Amino acid sequence: MSLSMTYREALREALRDALQRDPRVFLMGEDVGRYGGSYAVSLGLLEAFGPERIRDAPLSELGFVGAGIGAALAGMRPIVEIMTVNFSLLALDPLMNTAATLRHMSGGQFSVPLVVRMATGAGRQLAAQHSHSLEGWFAHIPGLKILTPATVEDARGMLWPALLDPDPVLIFEHAQLYNLEGDAGEWATMDISRAKVRRAGSDLTLITYGGSLGKALAAAEVLAGEGIECEVIDLRVLRPLDDATLLASVCKTHRALVVDEGWCSGSLSAEIITRIVEQGFYELDAPPARVCSAEVPIPYPRHLEEAALPQVASIITAAHELCQGKIP
Amino acid sequence: MIEFKLPSLGADMDEGTLLEWKIHPGDKVKPGQVIAVVDTAKAAIDVECLHESTVLQLLVDIGTKIPVGTPIALLLEPGEDPQSVKRTSPEAPLVIEAQDLSGSRPRISPAARRRAVELGLDVDQLKGHGAQGAITLEDVEVAAHLTHEPDHEQAMRQTIAAVMSRSKREIPHYYLSETIALDKAMGWLQEHNAQSTLQERLLPNVLLLKAVALALREYPQLNGVWLNNAFEPAREINLGVAINLRQGGLIAPVLHQVADSTLTHLMSELASLVERARSGSLRSSELGGAGITVTQLGDQGVDSVLGVIYPPQVALVGFGRISERPWVREGQLCVVPTVIGSLSADHRVSDGHYGARFLSEVRRLLQTPQAL
Repeated sequence: MSLSMTYREALREALRDALQRDPRVFLMGEDVGRYGGSYAVSLGLLEAFGPERIRDAPLSELGFVGAGIGAALAGMRPIVEIMTVNFSLLALDPLMNTAATLRHMSGGQFSVPLVVRMATGAGRQLAAQHSHSLEGWFAHIPGLKILTPATVEDARGMLWPALLDPDPVLIFEHAQLYNLEGDAGEWATMDISRAKVRRAGSDLTLITYGGSLGKALAAAEVLAGEGIECEVIDLRVLRPLDDATLLASVCKTHRALVVDEGWCSGSLSAEIITRIVEQGFYELDAPPARVCSAEVPIPYPRHLEEAALPQVASIITAAHELCQGKIP
Repeated sequence: MIEFKLPSLGADMDEGTLLEWKIHPGDKVKPGQVIAVVDTAKAAIDVECLHESTVLQLLVDIGTKIPVGTPIALLLEPGEDPQSVKRTSPEAPLVIEAQDLSGSRPRISPAARRRAVELGLDVDQLKGHGAQGAITLEDVEVAAHLTHEPDHEQAMRQTIAAVMSRSKREIPHYYLSETIALDKAMGWLQEHNAQSTLQERLLPNVLLLKAVALALREYPQLNGVWLNNAFEPAREINLGVAINLRQGGLIAPVLHQVADSTLTHLMSELASLVERARSGSLRSSELGGAGITVTQLGDQGVDSVLGVIYPPQVALVGFGRISERPWVREGQLCVVPTVIGSLSADHRVSDGHYGARFLSEVRRLLQTPQAL
């Protein structure tokens, strides 16, 4: 079954589908109802499913995320939308101290089947309080599963298996992707445990996810023209990381470049490189490298924002450095 | 011997800087004597020694920062013989300042290092083309490839260089040449080939080889080797045949007992030898035992070749291109096929007069091709 749609439509169809399939599912968040969602993902759902199941929440992430956790504990299947990742920090306490821990603290008596969706990432001149990529922080926390759909297919397919998961799942939607057009593909049988090779190559492994996937693929296309064949891996799941897919690729290419819109210090990119070095040290033919965001709050002016983020050109430059001495 | 270590001069002290030595090698030290002044984070502190001893060696220079517990001096116990104790080098790794470690190890990727070990390559001999000159997997693979394939060519080139240098260094060559009319030989050959099956057809080279072999019967001083300052004549007439290899270099395998072989047999032997020399499947018996070498560069279009003798042999016969040339016979100018035959010979063994008679014999034999 294949169908072309936008990433936003794919998310909406996934919500609609889940709401239809399971009466325990409901959507809750700021402006998700009357306004249709700050990124218009839930547009029309209030009219279709009513205010009991499409619930506008007050401006209190601490409150409505906590309420979502309570509902999940009580047997519901809540989908909580947080407007943007920067605001999720207001809900860090319930996410970290309650959602991620209750299964462990109750000796397995309680689980929290909660799904939280939020926008992440920069690129739309929303400045330093609406533009960060903090999914790597959440990937630090045992007890959470972190998904980052980077394609229309994943946007369409990841929600339902996330709802089936008995533990809390956080879905990070890069805000630059909402208008992405694509094919919903095999959404109905979606796996949410493995990374995916989005482009096969033999010379260099580009490891990325979410909003950076398109940039990595564009860079790979340019590099292929120069004789450098990149294998592009879309992580899809930031926790637990799919080490096997990463290592299999590095064993093939012997070179790894991580592209991540997060900062590099103490980050997901650091974790990925550590795992590659721990498990594949003797396979490496060059020091693993990273293209991350500049270590500044994401700037407001367009040219500075562009300069702060990983771009196709910076990926290509890093790839050249890594592949120096390789005969194309 | 006592290793005097920097004591902790306070619970929070973990390192100190040596400000002053109060002792010198050879000094006697009494218990409680101040032997050094050390700067800690808090103050300059006198360091006392509690051992009665004699100073053997000071291990730390003034101004050096050292961790607590580092040996700073070697002291001899009373009655201890300084000759019997092993001294520590003053360069012992006491300094905790940052060291420049670059250059201590070749810059090589982990994968390349592992591969080099697998291939038995010495990483110190490899050149890196990766970032900052690092040796990469590809550098190792390329080096391994070079070592195994083109190195064969290089080895052959070096062998040729050594052998030819030896020849020119040791052998006093003399050179002779003679233009030989081949009208009778070529005529006979044409007739023979016209009556023969494809397998029996001959090339002119075979006639030349057979003529040389038969002439050697009469001129044995050109067939043999120079060993231990003496000439050893060969027992058989085995000709080395210089064959150029397509990938470069040349080899001179042996045609055995040429004087006693039929032309047809020689032809098939020669063809087989050339083919196997070029495919690299010669037998060891074909690589030695020649008493003379024949080289033919006629294919390349040269008129004549004055060759370098293959030691320890003592002569080399060369033939240039077989070509129609103006020729005077019985006062008449005519055009006949000819070849310029040459002899390079070792003057230690034969003289020019002898060599000239040999070449005349070759010429004579080629005038009666039916007898070859």
